[in-house]
Amino acid sequence: MIENVLLLALALFSVSIALSLYRVIRGPSMPDRAIALDTIGINLLSSIAIVSIVLQTKAYLEAILILGILAFIGTIAFTKYIERGVIVERKSND
Amino acid sequence: MKINDVILRTVTKAVVFIILTLGVYLFFAGHHAPGGGFIGGLVLASGIVLLYLAYDIETVHKGMPFDFKKVAALGVLLATGTAVGSLFFDVPFLTQTHTYIDVPIFGKMGFSTVTIFEAGVALTVVGVVVTIILSISEDE
Repeated sequence: MIENVLLLALALFSVSIALSLYRVIRGPSMPDRAIALDTIGINLLSSIAIVSIVLQTKAYLEAILILGILAFIGTIAFTKYIERGVIVERKSND
Repeated sequence: MKINDVILRTVTKAVVFIILTLGVYLFFAGHHAPGGGFIGGLVLASGIVLLYLAYDIETVHKGMPFDFKKVAALGVLLATGTAVGSLFFDVPFLTQTHTYIDVPIFGKMGFSTVTIFEAGVALTVVGVVVTIILSISEDE
């Protein structure tokens, strides 16, 4: 029973990743693409968590943490580039 | 136009400590579990890159006055230093050793020279990654 639920959740997560990938490729504007990339990261993280439940192992927990950190930093870098056109500023402007 | 990014800076102040703690944990977990100097160094470097994103080069260098090229060079020196050091004990190049020492509070703990080698790897990775990201993100 619980096995089937987990497998169904994995399938739905992959459908969600595919839909977000469509938005990354076709997205009319750059903010759409940034949000879709962040959504792909979160869905990938959740599916890794489900895989680690299915396989009954703790080996993937570090991967989940690192993927969360990298998705966070990547989203910040994208949004800062869209908003200001520069990622790392040289001087403080306040 | 003055841009207000107080939310990003407040979140960064909390999150950087979590990322650096995870990096140090991964560095020390690498002996028996997934982790090690390379991955720990990458996570530490991503924490430093987050600081650069939220603030700017001038402010971060006021707090961390390192030249990251020299950090990478120091790491390579440390790693090859432990490798060459094994030659003085009449064993092959890169041989590592370990021992168990009774520490007063923690009890019996294992120490090994691989940790010094891994510290060199981690310093190299931090220096190289931060140098690369600073040079490709430079405006003008």
